[in-house]
Amino acid sequence: MTASEVPGSSRAKSASVAGPLPNLVVEEVSKWFRTPRATVHALDNISLKVAAGEVVCLVGPSGCGKSTLLDIVAGLTKPDAGRVLENGQLVSGPGQERLVVFQEPSLFPWLDVFGNVMFGLRLCPKLTNAERHEIAHEYLALVGLEKFERVHVHELSGGMKQRVALARALAPDPRVLLMDEPFGALDAMTREHLYDDIQRIWRDSSKTIVFVTHNIREAVCLGDRVLLMSPAPGKIVQAFDIPLSHPRSIYDVELVGHAAHIADALRGKIGGGVRE
Amino acid sequence: MKRIMVAFVFFVALLGLWELAAQSGRWSPVLFPSARSVGQYLWGALLDGTLTEAILVTLKRLLVGYAIGVVIGLPLGLLTSASQVLEDTLGSLALGLQTLPSVCWVPLALLWFGQTEAAMLFVVVMGTVWSVIIATNYGARTIPPIYARAARTMGSSGLHLWIRVMLPASLPFLVSGMKQGWAFAWRSLMAAEIFVTILTGFGLGQLLHYGRELQAMDQVIGAMAVIVLIGLLADRILFSPWERFLYRRWGTNVGL
Repeated sequence: MTASEVPGSSRAKSASVAGPLPNLVVEEVSKWFRTPRATVHALDNISLKVAAGEVVCLVGPSGCGKSTLLDIVAGLTKPDAGRVLENGQLVSGPGQERLVVFQEPSLFPWLDVFGNVMFGLRLCPKLTNAERHEIAHEYLALVGLEKFERVHVHELSGGMKQRVALARALAPDPRVLLMDEPFGALDAMTREHLYDDIQRIWRDSSKTIVFVTHNIREAVCLGDRVLLMSPAPGKIVQAFDIPLSHPRSIYDVELVGHAAHIADALRGKIGGGVRE
Repeated sequence: MKRIMVAFVFFVALLGLWELAAQSGRWSPVLFPSARSVGQYLWGALLDGTLTEAILVTLKRLLVGYAIGVVIGLPLGLLTSASQVLEDTLGSLALGLQTLPSVCWVPLALLWFGQTEAAMLFVVVMGTVWSVIIATNYGARTIPPIYARAARTMGSSGLHLWIRVMLPASLPFLVSGMKQGWAFAWRSLMAAEIFVTILTGFGLGQLLHYGRELQAMDQVIGAMAVIVLIGLLADRILFSPWERFLYRRWGTNVGL
């Protein structure tokens, strides 16, 4: 296997040969949160389809339910109505075919960097231990952290932590990658650097990706399609195709144009009711 | 190395001051024995076996009582953290009984068990178990839920989730809970040994107690010094390695 090749890409390719079938289907999903004081209508009748290998970005202001939607797709939260299908199968709980990169630091501090990437791999019963080690090394090299395998988590910078989290999520070769504002807590320079890396990694891995963010330019930079959500109750109000070729630069004029268009739509559709 | 030297000089100076004060003759040697006479007592007690015997008896009681307290306290603490009903019932009970100084269990233990090892053990367990429950409960509630969420997406569930995620995630508070339990067990045992007179074993607390009865101040101070030393060594041997491990792994964010 050459360095430029990503493990598991062959499977993803063969899946896309089978046809442009949607890998991920969200059907009329609604969710309410009941607190002792009030019932919050978090998601209202959300439907969407994501094709295999497609990158869909969910954008919207805080509280529009985009992270809740991602949790439901991940199987961590049960919808009150509707259902989610992945690869034709009903999602009834979390599973290794849908891995998540969270915004909060979710790496395990009792394991070093290598141990964190191995965690998911150890739960893949089909792999031998030698294969697990090889895959973990490969993915840590892919995110540029091969020299940091034995480092403890608290010694990493915020950007490095999210790279490890990405390697940990990619290593078990999920069909779907769910990213919940993974760069929200990082500084702008680190983030822009990661946009380049992540476009390279995604192109090679051809995963189906749902990416949640409140940063419109980030969404336009990374997504094949951007879905705009509005709050109270959370719903998808508009979809935008981003027909730009990868790799994209966040400073590209065309990209900024698309972002401005979405920002206008956000103001027009949601009006003054949006509170950040 | 420099720190060890500083500490060494400090304690030698302390002993020197004590010796000087005792030599000045201002206080009666019966009430204020010199450092040397305490040292002589300890050496003699070591040679005739009473001190080693007392240390062994005390450590045996301590370890057995502490082990029972932890074995009962840790699971109860974990259960309490997982259930609101248990938190409201057992949690409140533990909080209340933890405020009870462990020497207050002595009269009850004497009436229930008489002057036996069981009475001694009972006091130590009662002193340990509540603080372990409280520390474990509090710690388990502060484990970031993100760890379990991340692990579940990677296919961890059931026993694997508990052993591979919840247990290591809870290490910082398990260690602090067990350390607190140890401190309480040690204090309880000394209270019990001073107040419960039994013939099945002669521990450090009893050495202290009979030092008073015999007006042997060198024995009283000698026993106290040994008790301090054992507490210090236990901290260094039992808990310091764990704390260093946690600090290495968790960094400064560890909740100790």
